[in-house]
Amino acid sequence: MKDELITLRSVSKSFGDKLILDDLNLTIHENEFVTLLGPSGCGKSTTLRIIGGFESPDSGSVFFEGRDITNLPPNKRQLNMVFQNYALFTHMSVAENIAFGLKIGKKPKDYIEDKIRYALRLVNLEGYERRSPSTLSGGQQQRIAIARAIVNEPKVLLLDEPLGALDLKLRQDMQYELIRLKNELGITFIYVTHDQQEALTMSDKIVVMNQGYIQQEGTPEQIYNEPENAFVADFIGDSNLFPAVMVRDRLVAIDDNPFECVDEGFGVNRPVDIVIRPEDVEIVPPARGTVTGVVTDVIFKGVHYEMCIDVKGREWVCHSTVAHAVDEEVGIKVDPFNIQVMKKPESEDEEAAGINE
Amino acid sequence: MSKTSKHTAMLGLPYYAWAIVFIIVPLFMVVYYGLTDKTGAFTLANIMAIAHPAHSKALWTSLVLSLESTAVCLLLAYPLCMILARSGKSSNSFLVLFLIVPMWMNFLLRTYAWQSILEKTGIINTFLTALHLPTQHLINTKGGIILGMVYDFLPFMILPIYNALAKIDKNVIHAAHDLGANDLQTFLRIILPLSMPGVISGITMVFIPGMTTFVISSLLGGGKILLIGNVIEQEFTLAYDWNMGSGLSLVLLVFIIINIVIQMLTDKDGEGVM
Amino acid sequence: MKALKRFYVGLIFVFMYSPIVLLFIQSFNQSKSRGHWGGFTLQWYAQLLDDESILEALRNSILLAVLSAAIAVVLGTAACVAMQKMKAKNRAVVMGITNIPMLNADIVTGVALMLLFLTIRIERGFGTVLLAHITFNIPYVILNVMPRFRELNPHIYEAALDLGATPVYAFFKTVLPEIMPGVGSGALMAFTMSLDDFIITHFTTGSGTQTLSTKIYSEVKMGIKPEIYALSSVIFVTVLVLLILVNRVQYRLDRQRLEAE
Repeated sequence: MKDELITLRSVSKSFGDKLILDDLNLTIHENEFVTLLGPSGCGKSTTLRIIGGFESPDSGSVFFEGRDITNLPPNKRQLNMVFQNYALFTHMSVAENIAFGLKIGKKPKDYIEDKIRYALRLVNLEGYERRSPSTLSGGQQQRIAIARAIVNEPKVLLLDEPLGALDLKLRQDMQYELIRLKNELGITFIYVTHDQQEALTMSDKIVVMNQGYIQQEGTPEQIYNEPENAFVADFIGDSNLFPAVMVRDRLVAIDDNPFECVDEGFGVNRPVDIVIRPEDVEIVPPARGTVTGVVTDVIFKGVHYEMCIDVKGREWVCHSTVAHAVDEEVGIKVDPFNIQVMKKPESEDEEAAGINE
Repeated sequence: MSKTSKHTAMLGLPYYAWAIVFIIVPLFMVVYYGLTDKTGAFTLANIMAIAHPAHSKALWTSLVLSLESTAVCLLLAYPLCMILARSGKSSNSFLVLFLIVPMWMNFLLRTYAWQSILEKTGIINTFLTALHLPTQHLINTKGGIILGMVYDFLPFMILPIYNALAKIDKNVIHAAHDLGANDLQTFLRIILPLSMPGVISGITMVFIPGMTTFVISSLLGGGKILLIGNVIEQEFTLAYDWNMGSGLSLVLLVFIIINIVIQMLTDKDGEGVM
Repeated sequence: MKALKRFYVGLIFVFMYSPIVLLFIQSFNQSKSRGHWGGFTLQWYAQLLDDESILEALRNSILLAVLSAAIAVVLGTAACVAMQKMKAKNRAVVMGITNIPMLNADIVTGVALMLLFLTIRIERGFGTVLLAHITFNIPYVILNVMPRFRELNPHIYEAALDLGATPVYAFFKTVLPEIMPGVGSGALMAFTMSLDDFIITHFTTGSGTQTLSTKIYSEVKMGIKPEIYALSSVIFVTVLVLLILVNRVQYRLDRQRLEAE
């Protein structure tokens, strides 16, 4: 069981009359790669900035290694942040940027020079000491920002959507870099993004947020395969998200068609939401299907074909490497294990509130 | 397309012609008259005249007074701009606008206003005598001229410094704090260096007008304190000695060129003064 | 600390505005003496309206400002268009020359122009002052219009051509509206520079032509005229109102643009 490193307790924050965070509780452990994931405005950046000390919560506390650091200014916290637009000091060289925190900490000159070399090697930018940040590409600036932060040996590294401005290929390369860095440095990473692919790729734990609430916390597999509510199911991955009726344990009716599933405890004849991932939708001859429908669209996506199937007015999406033709009548089967049943929210507020731990 | 390009290029001709006739040629005339005497013969006497005690004293006074005024402007403007630019309130750009309003008022009137305030029987002294306090005698002194210069030129120092400070990305300040710097360290190592282009801009926009004015010394110096601007002006309008006037102007040009060079060297962005 | 900051800002404000405010108050003072309040009066404003020489100077100033700004806008904008197609080296030379009047001391510019007019024996008067004002106004226009070209999306012009427009039509319909804000601010700056100018006008004018600035200078050297106080108050109020208006319009335009996005 890893040690608790950072705890947010009942943190609330408003900007003007807009409530951004409402009674947020979050625990982050040592040596974890935690991603705060959610759409714009969900409060993930604000949460990060509160942890970093750049915003103060209106109420609630922030604990670091058991100590209350709510009112501690950022320059006294043992964490470092990589900012969204890098925030490099343009009037200093790369080496001076990296050395900044060390010089403030009054480290000896040899130590600083060694650390600069080590940091640049770590981010694969050896030899760039004398360069000026404005002459570097976005990806290089990003890595210098990371180098500048980690050279101070923080216990926690905060990253605020650092890869947003990079193109796809570079972003993917940097994602692997970050995982490698985390393993080599052995510290906690708290990462903020709205890109679910990034979250799924890099994280040990994902915290899905919406409208200032935590919707679900879990490993990438848990979040992807077992979303706990409609928001998470819809936000992560493609999904077939349907309203349904839980007939009884392990039997759910989708549009009055009974499907076997593995979930229990949702009651009898209760309305629920179900989610089935497109890759779990099996196309079979009409006779063998639990339901039948007509193929309306076939799109080649490279990795697979995406097919839309009309089942009496309900659109099912299927990902398969086998293509079927438009207007073809097909049957659909789903392995009971792949149907995720979720509680229907009682009201809109509950839907936003999700599950608060 | 090349026909259009040719037409487009021709659009500039009126301006190029204008610039040559009204910018380049006149400057050459100053050079010509400065280097010749009344008969048209080449001479360096006009330039060497700067060594004449009356002239060198005027030049020196101009230099010193302008440097002092520039320094005062800088000392007054920088804290003001720090307060306005870094406090993050949107109302502050409105405040800056109001500080700039006086700049748009006729500067003769503004300088003249100080004359009536500083006069022996002016407003300040009337106030002071009413309170049985000793009167001030800033009028017709160097102090009065510095006051006038600071008053006239302060907005020119405020604008570029404000713009430079406002341009600093907030995240850069956060990054400095994040890396362990306190407020003073952040100011000295980050804010001050990044604001330097604005500071240089402000200095160059105040120093030369300060050094070359004759109005301020005329109105607030009572004609007793002669700046190099007064000398040159009098050479042209009173003595009709174009050669002397031009020669002394050439000396001034040296300072102006140094100023321009400094401005160009520090203007890395090429964004210019404002 | 906050109070100290507010105090300092307030102090600077007082410093900047007190002479203007004092002149404003003094303009209603019956007594000519600067320390003594002799009762409220509007007589100086009345005298101002009667003083033909001041009014003529005012007329000259405004005429000069409008004319020189307009001509500078035309020449300057045309030059900016031409410079878009120029090689970087040539453009740098032109921009360098353009900067000269702005970086030079007014007294040198004024003296230089005066020598030009004297040498080619043009009689100094309204015409020469106009020429001088246009000369120092064009750089301000260029300074305001050039950056607009940098931000301009070249594809709009190309799109217009693609849709069948002639280059001239395309220019007026796509490029000009985009650079208009720069033209507007350049015109405004030129207008203000011309109105406010003293030194250059002083050297390039003839004895028969007075602008507001030269008139004030000669009056002030002769002694106080309370009409000058009235004049300065009128100018102050006008400038203030104009600036607030411009700022409000600008604010509203920015607001509209942001809401549209």
